[in-house]
Amino acid sequence: MESNMSGPYSRLPATEGRLASQRSETPPVDLRLNHALGAAEPGQPLDQNAGVAIEVRHLNFYYGTRQVLFDISLPIRQRQITALIGPSGCGKSTFLRTLNRMNDLIPETRIEGEAIFDGENIYDPAIDVIRLRQRIGMVFQRPNPFPKSIFENIAYGLRIQRKPHRQIQEEVERSLRAAALWDEVKDRLKASALGLSGGQQQRLCIARALALHPEVLLLDEPCSALDPIATLKIEELLLSISKEYTIVIVTHNMSQAARISQYTGFFLNGRLIEYGPTAELFKRPRQRETEDYISGRFS
Amino acid sequence: MSQERVSLSKARQQWIGWQRILRVQRPGDLFFRGITLLFVLIVLGLVAGTAWILISNSLPTIRRFGFSFLTNKAFDPVHDVYGVLPAIFGTLMTSAFALIFAVPLGLGAAIFLVDFCPRSLRLVLAFLIDLLAAIPSVIYGLWGFLVLAPWLHNAGEPWLQQHLGFLPLFAGQPEGVGYLGAGIVLTMMILPLIISVSREVMLVTPIAQREALLALGATRWEVIRHAVLPFARVGILGGVILALGRALGETMAVTMIIGNQANEPSLSLFTPGYTLASVIANQFGEATPGLFLSAIIEAGLILFIITLITNILARWLIASLQRQAQGSRGGRP
Ligand SMILES: Nc1ncnc2c1ncn2[C@@H]1O[C@H](COP(=O)(O)OP(=O)(O)OP(=O)(O)O)[C@@H](O)[C@H]1O
Ligand SMILES: [Mg+2]
Repeated sequence: MESNMSGPYSRLPATEGRLASQRSETPPVDLRLNHALGAAEPGQPLDQNAGVAIEVRHLNFYYGTRQVLFDISLPIRQRQITALIGPSGCGKSTFLRTLNRMNDLIPETRIEGEAIFDGENIYDPAIDVIRLRQRIGMVFQRPNPFPKSIFENIAYGLRIQRKPHRQIQEEVERSLRAAALWDEVKDRLKASALGLSGGQQQRLCIARALALHPEVLLLDEPCSALDPIATLKIEELLLSISKEYTIVIVTHNMSQAARISQYTGFFLNGRLIEYGPTAELFKRPRQRETEDYISGRFS
Repeated sequence: MSQERVSLSKARQQWIGWQRILRVQRPGDLFFRGITLLFVLIVLGLVAGTAWILISNSLPTIRRFGFSFLTNKAFDPVHDVYGVLPAIFGTLMTSAFALIFAVPLGLGAAIFLVDFCPRSLRLVLAFLIDLLAAIPSVIYGLWGFLVLAPWLHNAGEPWLQQHLGFLPLFAGQPEGVGYLGAGIVLTMMILPLIISVSREVMLVTPIAQREALLALGATRWEVIRHAVLPFARVGILGGVILALGRALGETMAVTMIIGNQANEPSLSLFTPGYTLASVIANQFGEATPGLFLSAIIEAGLILFIITLITNILARWLIASLQRQAQGSRGGRP
C-alpha cells in the first residue's frame, strides 16, 4: 500500500481500483488524502494576483561537459506551491538546487542564464550566497537532522546569525508550531533529534528551515521516505504555510502534485516540457509527453 | 512490526535468546569466530611474551636499583650505575613537541585538502603526503643530522635565543643537536600520518550533513566546525594516537639528531639529550652481560610501559568520545 501510494503511478485508475477493493477497514489512502485536503479536483485554487518570486530565464546547466538542463524558463509565483514533476533523472533536483546555489558544492558545474530573485540574479558570482540560502531555504529528500537535540536543530541557523537567546527560543516554538510538530515534541526539546520518527524528522527539517523566515522554501521529494500518514501531515503543513511562503516542491507522486500545488512544471530529459496551473496541466495537458506521463503511459 | 514481535511464540523467543547467548547462527560463523579468537589470542600471547621477556631480563637492575632507576640521571657503564631519567624526559619532551606542532598543522592541511584544495591538486598532494609517510626513518635522520642540525646551530637557535631567549625554552647554548632538532624531525615524520588519517575520515562526512548546514546559510568554515570535525573527531584522535606511538618509539632518526647525552632534564630545547629508544640504540652494541645489558632492557621495558599507558588512555578517550556521540544520537524514548 505504501509503495502504491508514493509511487508515481498512484493515479492510475487500475491502482485506485485495487486500493478501493481492499478491505474497507482502512479506506484507500489516496481518497482519504484527497478528502482530507478537500481537493477533489486537481490543483489548489490560484491566487490570480500572485507576484513572481523568482523569474528563471533561459537556464542551462552542465555537469562538466554534460548538459542536463536545457533553456529552462519559468516564473515561481509568490506564496503559491509550485510542483515539479517528471521521470527520474530528468533534472528536477538539479533545477531545484540551482535556485539556492546548492550545486556550487559540486565541482566542475556550470550555469548559464539567469534567475531573478528580488531584483538580483541568483547566478551572479558577486551575490552573497550565504544570505541567499538564508532567504531561500531547502529541505532534502532524506530527513537530515543534526545529531543534536531537537531544540539545537532549530536553533542552529539562528545561532550562526548570532541572534539573541530570547529570540531563538521564540523562533524555535514558532517554527515547531508552524511545522505541526510542537505538540509532539514540546516536552522533550532537549532529546536527540535522531530519536524522532522519519516523518517527525522531516517536519523538524522543515521547521529548521522555517526558523530563518525564508521567503522561498525548496523541497526535494520531502515525502519519498515517509509513510502515507506522515506524508499527509507534511502536505497539510505545506498547505498551511503556503499563505506565507513561496514553495517549490519536487515530487514523484503525481497525486501529491495535484493535491497541493497551484502550479506544476513537467520536466523531461532536462527540458521543461510544460508549465502552468496545476488544474489545467492535469486536466487538459497541452503536450503529448505530459499527457503520457500523467496518465502513466510513460515508460 | 510490534504486532509481529508480540505474536512470536514463546519457544521461538527462547530460541532467539539462545542464539544471542551463543552468538552463533551457522556453523560457518562458529568456525570464523574460532579462527578470529585464535588470532586475538596469538596477539595477546605476543604482548604478554614481550612483557615477560623484558621483565625477566631486566630483573638484575630492577633488584639492584629499584625505583631509583627512574630517577637517576647517570647511565654509566664505567661505574656500573644506571638510571634513565634524562631518557624518559627526552622521550616525553620530544613526543610532546612533535604532537603540539604536528596536530594543528596536520589538521589544517587535511582540512585544506578536503575542502579548499583545487580538485586537480588534491590527488597529487594526497599522493605526495602518503609518500612522505613511507620514507624510511634513517633518511629523516640523515637529513636531520646533515642539514637541520648545522642550520639550527648556525642560524635557527641563535635567532630564537636572540628574540625569544627570555623564555626558558630557548635559553642555553645553541648546539644544533638536541631536543629541538629531534622534535622537528619527529614532527615531520608524524605529520604525513596525521594528515592522511584525518583526510580519510573527513572525506567520509555524510554529504547530507554538509548540505543541511549550507542550506541554513552556514559558511564553509562553519560546515567544517559543525559537521566535518565533530564527525571525524574519533578518527582523527585515532590517527593522533598512531602518530604518538610512532613518535615515542622512533629510534633511528632521533638517535641521529638528539645528541645522545645524559643531561639533567632541562626545559631548554637546545639541550642535547636522550630518549629511551636512543639509549637502547646507542648502548646496545657495547653492552656486556650483567647490569649493563639489564639496564638497556629495562629502558625498553619502561618504553613499553609508557606506550601501553598512552594507548590505554587514548582508547579510553576514544571510547568516551564515542559514547558521547552515541548519547547525542540517542534512542527513541
Ligand atoms: N553530481 C552529479 N554529477 C554528474 N551528473 C549528475 C550529478 N547529479 C545528477 N547528475 C545527472 O544529472 C541528471 C539529472 O539529475 P537529477 O538528480 O537532477 O534528476 P532528478 O530529476 O532529480 O531525478 P530523480 O527523480 O531520480 O531524483 C541525471 O542524468 C544525473 O545522472
Ligand atoms: Mg532528484
